[in-house]
Amino acid sequence: MTLITAMEGREAIVNVRLRLAGRRHSIEAEVDWRGGTVTLDRRTSRIDEWEWDAPEVGAVYGVALNDRREWEAMAEAMTAPPYRKPPEGPVLYMKPANTINAHRRPVVLPSGVNRLRTAPAIGLVIGRTAARVRPEGALDVVFGYTIVNDLSIPHEQLYRPAVKEQARDGFTPIGPWVVPKEETVPLSSLAARVYVNGRLVQCVDLRRFRRPPEQWLADVTEFMTLEQGDVLFFSWPADAPLVSAGDVVRIEMDGIGALENPIVAEEGGEGE
Amino acid sequence: MKQARVAWNGTVTEAEPLDSGRLLLPDGTIVDEHEVMWLPPVEPRTIVALGLNYADHAGELSFAAPKEPLLFFKGKNTLIGHRGRTVRPAGVDMMHYECELAVVIGRPARRVKAEQAYDYIWGYTIANDYAVRDYLENYYRPNFRVKNRDRTTPLGPWIVSHEEVGDPMALALRTYVNGALVQEGYTGDMIFSIPYLLEYITSFMTLAPGDLILTGTPKGAVNVQPGDEVVAEIERIGRLINYIE
Repeated sequence: MTLITAMEGREAIVNVRLRLAGRRHSIEAEVDWRGGTVTLDRRTSRIDEWEWDAPEVGAVYGVALNDRREWEAMAEAMTAPPYRKPPEGPVLYMKPANTINAHRRPVVLPSGVNRLRTAPAIGLVIGRTAARVRPEGALDVVFGYTIVNDLSIPHEQLYRPAVKEQARDGFTPIGPWVVPKEETVPLSSLAARVYVNGRLVQCVDLRRFRRPPEQWLADVTEFMTLEQGDVLFFSWPADAPLVSAGDVVRIEMDGIGALENPIVAEEGGEGE
Repeated sequence: MKQARVAWNGTVTEAEPLDSGRLLLPDGTIVDEHEVMWLPPVEPRTIVALGLNYADHAGELSFAAPKEPLLFFKGKNTLIGHRGRTVRPAGVDMMHYECELAVVIGRPARRVKAEQAYDYIWGYTIANDYAVRDYLENYYRPNFRVKNRDRTTPLGPWIVSHEEVGDPMALALRTYVNGALVQEGYTGDMIFSIPYLLEYITSFMTLAPGDLILTGTPKGAVNVQPGDEVVAEIERIGRLINYIE
């Protein structure tokens, strides 16, 4: 086997930890997400035959302003009110439990809202209690990686927490599974592609991050402890697509898999 | 009724505080409060906190009263129980307590109308939502380095049910540092009342049983130092003790 085919195989076929809808526990399985199959108990079936649940996660935190393109776009505004100067510490936001959503489950467009921003993100799933980790050994506290779709109602201001825009029910699809870090390519080589209705609209990789996730893990755990199952995610919002009801969003990451969700209109609307 | 959560005899258990400083365990055992370690009385999945929800506190921080609730989230890494210790980071100039009425959700709450809000509330407890103002930055303010530090949110000592509290909008709040009264307020002075907040928050997100809403703090935030004893007291609920180290 040549190196190239070995790498391709490694990217498409991965051992993962996943959760099927209706089952209490996570299980281990092998998936070939390009081929669209999952092997459970030596039986291979189509991924689409199963209903998926989101991986078991604790607190889910996003690191804002890590996308260099977003940072550059904001650079001028950062020196003006209300920001006045660029942030020195990490700018974090939380996607609370009500926002967690699973692979292929619909994301509801709130009534009165026409479009959502759908930002791809890489999620680091914590494997053991992480307090004051050092950047050099930061990945020791990480169990693995997952895909996060960081949906929000588009908003310009970052001065106040964007709770109403970010924390809606179902606004954080995550999964379809968690890939243990030893099972896949190095974190720095992960890349994401976003498709809307099958059309490729965004291609990104970690070179666009201002700082590597290992450094952020050190900065964040300097003052807040992350527990097993907590997720720290890093998104690429600068050129993330806007989507409307009827669209289907698919985020692919080589070495992890593909997370797909339809956007649907809210039934009844405001007056129900 | 009152409900606490304690570590006792190598396990974690619910407990009902009795008037005499003793606790009744679910199996009938009665223990002295000094035999237990107090834990946060609830383990929330989601903690929603309010900034600037008392006009006098907003004025004290030179802010106009907000027109819409200013919400932020907190992680459970921040919570510690009654009689716990909170670290003042080395080298900071301003760390202050914030005595707050904490609402404990009792039922799945989605699109709740203000008139029905109390049907969804299990009870109330006290939160002391410390802030380290040196770390304030104008991005998603109040940013996590100010408000989401480990063990900076004492919670407890227990939950008092809604029925036993009666009207949560008519309670006195007081904070004492080393026995001196330093903060005094009245829940009726909230800019956004508890029923209003529950309707507002659940209009766009679902809360689960055990989730918390920290309803903001009145005027009177002063600096605390290592060695200080900080007592946050709310009428009809209790006294939450915390030590700064």
